[in-house]
Amino acid sequence: MEPFILHVGRAVALRRDNVDTDQIVPGEFCKRVTKTGYDDALFARWRKEPGFVLDRPEHRGASILLAGRDFGIGSSREHAVWALRDGGFAVVVASGFGDIFRRNATNNGLLLVDLPAPEVQSLMELAEKDPDLAVTVDLRQCRITAAGRDWPFAIEPRARRRLLAGEDPIAATLRHADRITAYERARADWLPVLGGHPRAGE
Amino acid sequence: MIAATKPRTLAEKLWESHVVHQADDEPDLLYVDLHLTHEATSPQAFDGLRLAGRTVRRADLTLALEDHNVPTDTHRLDDPVSRKQLETLRANCERYGVELYRVGHDRQGIVHVVGPQLGLVQPGMTVVCGDSHTSTHGALGALAFGVGTSDVEHVLATQCLAIDRPRTMAVEFTGRLPAGVGAKDLALALIGEIGTNGGEGHLVEYRGEVVRALSMEARMTLCNMTIEAGARAGMIAPDDTTFAYLAGRPHAPSGERWERAVAHWRGLRTDEGAVFDRAVTVDVSDLTPLVTWGTNPSQVVPLGGTVPDPEEIADPAARQAARRALEYMELSPGTRLRDVPLDVVFLGSCTNGRIEDLRAAAGVLRGRSVASTTRLLVVPGSAQVRRQAEDEGLHEVFLRAGAEWRLPGCSMCLGMNADRLRGGERCASTSNRNYEGRQGARARTHLVSPEVAAASAVAGRLAAPSDLG
Ligand code: SF4
Repeated sequence: MEPFILHVGRAVALRRDNVDTDQIVPGEFCKRVTKTGYDDALFARWRKEPGFVLDRPEHRGASILLAGRDFGIGSSREHAVWALRDGGFAVVVASGFGDIFRRNATNNGLLLVDLPAPEVQSLMELAEKDPDLAVTVDLRQCRITAAGRDWPFAIEPRARRRLLAGEDPIAATLRHADRITAYERARADWLPVLGGHPRAGE
Repeated sequence: MIAATKPRTLAEKLWESHVVHQADDEPDLLYVDLHLTHEATSPQAFDGLRLAGRTVRRADLTLALEDHNVPTDTHRLDDPVSRKQLETLRANCERYGVELYRVGHDRQGIVHVVGPQLGLVQPGMTVVCGDSHTSTHGALGALAFGVGTSDVEHVLATQCLAIDRPRTMAVEFTGRLPAGVGAKDLALALIGEIGTNGGEGHLVEYRGEVVRALSMEARMTLCNMTIEAGARAGMIAPDDTTFAYLAGRPHAPSGERWERAVAHWRGLRTDEGAVFDRAVTVDVSDLTPLVTWGTNPSQVVPLGGTVPDPEEIADPAARQAARRALEYMELSPGTRLRDVPLDVVFLGSCTNGRIEDLRAAAGVLRGRSVASTTRLLVVPGSAQVRRQAEDEGLHEVFLRAGAEWRLPGCSMCLGMNADRLRGGERCASTSNRNYEGRQGARARTHLVSPEVAAASAVAGRLAAPSDLG
């Protein structure tokens, strides 16, 4: 995973609350077996509405998505994060995020910035007034700056560290392989097991 | 008081007994006792595993099912895109030695229906699946949550999950549950009260006499919907109802192991004096069957009520959301819910696709017919539920009423297969999500209980069993 340190881009305001992952990527796009190529899936239903904000020429190429309250709730589909990434987004700013979406985002290097609604509002107004405005999101300083103003944000320290380092969480866990083995030895003997066994994958 | 005797909540006990590694500046490393997986969120995880040269650590703790994408009118896989996803799962399970119940297998079905049914989910376990409704399994006193595909890969490779410890939340239902009101209504009432993100960052424990009195399957319905309140997991302390449900299931322990297991399970409850980070109480004495009017599960009113007027909502954001929802739903304020006509009724999903749900619906449909303007789809949650329903003759009740009796799968819950609403059709659904487009492009969904679904199919509009002559 690429480290996330600082991002400069243009922002676009999606003025909706409770945007769930079915909205971000409708179910029929989840039949695919790949991790990339979801740009056509991003907000696919809304893109059919004339004048949908992300399709307006002045917002093309925006890489910072500003949304309302509780973004990314609902289905666990990581496709939502892949589609945002494929749609060119590096940061989502909103007031609250779905728990699973939050994990998925961090696992893919997409930065989520949680700000109180009035602050997101002020960013939205700026981005609507000047779609070309350069917005800087600095993860080392934990602040957004634009138009001479700044918005400090808080982020869970471990998520921040992981994003800054771009570290592979599986590799980190595998460093504890001995502990995992020790834990397995002590598990209760009534716990269920299935018929699965290692094959060619070994 | 010394640390070892500090009173703990059920969630804390489950969490602490699965910590493999803990360090100040790292998330806890949690052991996963059961990993359920399916075709829709696993292909990219297996791919990642392969690319990194890793393998499945514990194929014997992993079960794969075909559910999200499967057709429910035939076992043939005609759609090439769906077939490719299922074939990818089959190849991955073959390669890594993972047990898979394919379309047509007598154990096939929705992951959250099959797991408990086989006795694979037991009190005190951790259960993870690449699906948000994994919260269902908490009904058995397990710690169960949904994850994304990167985490599916993590669990495949390590049988662990690196995860920050959520906070704890108690939800207590008080009062007496009126007749005709069930677990689905409890869930909708809670979400209506605390909102779609009211449980964010929390592990919910459902408590109180009302919950104790629920059957095992009703508990699953309740825990299933916990995710719609934004919580990570929902759980209920195991009791005699739980043990009676588990006894004799294919993967439940037996003999002397069963005795030791039950003795251990009895200790899995919140200690007297343990403190939750948050507590919510919902009085259910006046509860009546509920139905959603909007595009998220918190937009809910009694079936006997009317569509609310957004202009009367104080919070500007909620008002705006309500306006948009009504526009999408093509409903106007003041409309009686009972006057809302339906094109389709969907009975199924991991929320309400179990045998008790089918029995409840059949009880309403017996001797009645589905309205000529309405289509009723009955989709059992698993092959076993389907067989059991047929043994009890329920399918004949459905067929005689004019309903479609389908093969098991997720079906119209998420519209990934051909079971989709079309052209703005309106549906009463026993599933869990009424989001815009969830059941198909421009689809309009009203979430209801199985009893209300069945009555609505007969009436051709939203209705309770007591409305039928
Ligand atoms: S029935 Fe619906 S909610 Fe349940 S697992 Fe399937 S798609 Fe998800």
